[in-house]
Amino acid sequence: MAIVTEDNAELKEIQKLEGHTDRVWGLAWNPTTGADGVPAVLASCSGDKTVRIWQQSSPTSSFHLKAIIEDTHTRTVRSCSWSPSGKLLATASFDATTAIWAQVGDDFECLSTLEGHENEVKSVSWNASGSLIATCSRDKSVWIWEVLPGNEFDCVSVLQGHTQDVKMVHWHPSEDILFSCSYDNTIKVWAEEGDSDDWHCVQTINEANNGHSSTVWSISFNATGDKMVTSSDDLSIKVWGADIVSMRSGDGYAPWKHLCTLSGYHERTVFSVHWSREGIIASGAADDAIRLFVENQDNLGDGPMYKLLLKKEKAHEMDVNSVQWGSKENGLLASSSDDGTVKIWKLAPRH
Amino acid sequence: MVSGLINANPIVYEKKERRPRTGPVDLEDEDIKDPEHPYSLEDLKVITEDAIEVDDKRSYVRVTFTPTVEHCSMATVIGLCLRVKLMRSLPSRYKVDIRVAPGTHATEAAVNKQLNDKERVAAALENPNLVDMVDDCLAPSFE
Repeated sequence: MAIVTEDNAELKEIQKLEGHTDRVWGLAWNPTTGADGVPAVLASCSGDKTVRIWQQSSPTSSFHLKAIIEDTHTRTVRSCSWSPSGKLLATASFDATTAIWAQVGDDFECLSTLEGHENEVKSVSWNASGSLIATCSRDKSVWIWEVLPGNEFDCVSVLQGHTQDVKMVHWHPSEDILFSCSYDNTIKVWAEEGDSDDWHCVQTINEANNGHSSTVWSISFNATGDKMVTSSDDLSIKVWGADIVSMRSGDGYAPWKHLCTLSGYHERTVFSVHWSREGIIASGAADDAIRLFVENQDNLGDGPMYKLLLKKEKAHEMDVNSVQWGSKENGLLASSSDDGTVKIWKLAPRH
Repeated sequence: MVSGLINANPIVYEKKERRPRTGPVDLEDEDIKDPEHPYSLEDLKVITEDAIEVDDKRSYVRVTFTPTVEHCSMATVIGLCLRVKLMRSLPSRYKVDIRVAPGTHATEAAVNKQLNDKERVAAALENPNLVDMVDDCLAPSFE
């Protein structure tokens, strides 16, 4: 495969998926698809209160609409997330509920509805083993739910600490450490102390310790889990690092440290960041553009740690709300927008 | 009995002759009613022509409004009305920022942040009571 560099990189639009009748907020690739000859499956959720499931007919062919999940959520579906096994899909809605779905034949059946948040649920995330789910809401709280046999889901912890609505929750890719980001401009890290379902905030990253100066919208991790990237209304994205070895040893908490800030690239709010398995950071912003950043290999000591690989202007006709890389094998990037469409992109060297 | 209104006695200004405007912004072609008075936002000088900046090339609009009192709890509703009005009348390529005039509101930063958080705006516009209030302010004729 030819090498992509900043001089020849091109983000090619493969397909535009139309059908949603309102802005498309969230996207989720089914993690068990898109590799080993399994056609890729993508879920998208929208202000039209539906979730659409898109599937490739074969690993190289185009995407088509496979199923529509509707008539359950009564308001915007803000976020969706597949379980690690790819068997369950969680959907978080402004209707204050989170629904858990399983595929039965060609349809999706609602197994359970997680209730408890006072108002809009904004994000849902599964931990690495699929045993825990986290949700967050405008009610300023983060909830942790345990996945029990028989499609039972028990709330094991309600985490208070944010002073404003919580925009996103995200589990660490390998450890049971939870991250949340908020309208209060902070990122909080939550971990279990002892083995008693006793979850605590172990770190708060705010403006005083190199954090963001406005709403933090999204969080993503690199493949090894020792780096985190966050995006904000302050028009910057920030990269953080932690010692993965001591994180794994369980021997005390390994704090996250500021590594670098990428500012001056985005013109409006950065709603989404996602780190690919190959190390490329994609961002989606309210300036309608998608940008890709890579580690600066020529850098010896000083100079920026990351550089812009490419900027796709007018990637959508309106704000880009989400960017999500597919599996390493297919190298696809999906994006969603206020323009009501989902786009599938492929990063390739320009010919 | 104390009036329940936030600003019971607002100053009502004489209507100014409008200069003809070309371009896509018709914020003033139809009046927007104040949430608690039978006057338009223009009558109360909450909004003036100069407070609307349009950059057609960059597809950008910024509206700066002036609440009638510093502690106006209606500021977010007024801002929401302005945003909805622009959403309904501008081509979708426009980016819109709405803010209170610097120094005219006690919680200026908080109001501005809320009005420009599109997730909060989207959630507010799924609230039937708020939508009714906004629609009432935007009703074509109220006089």
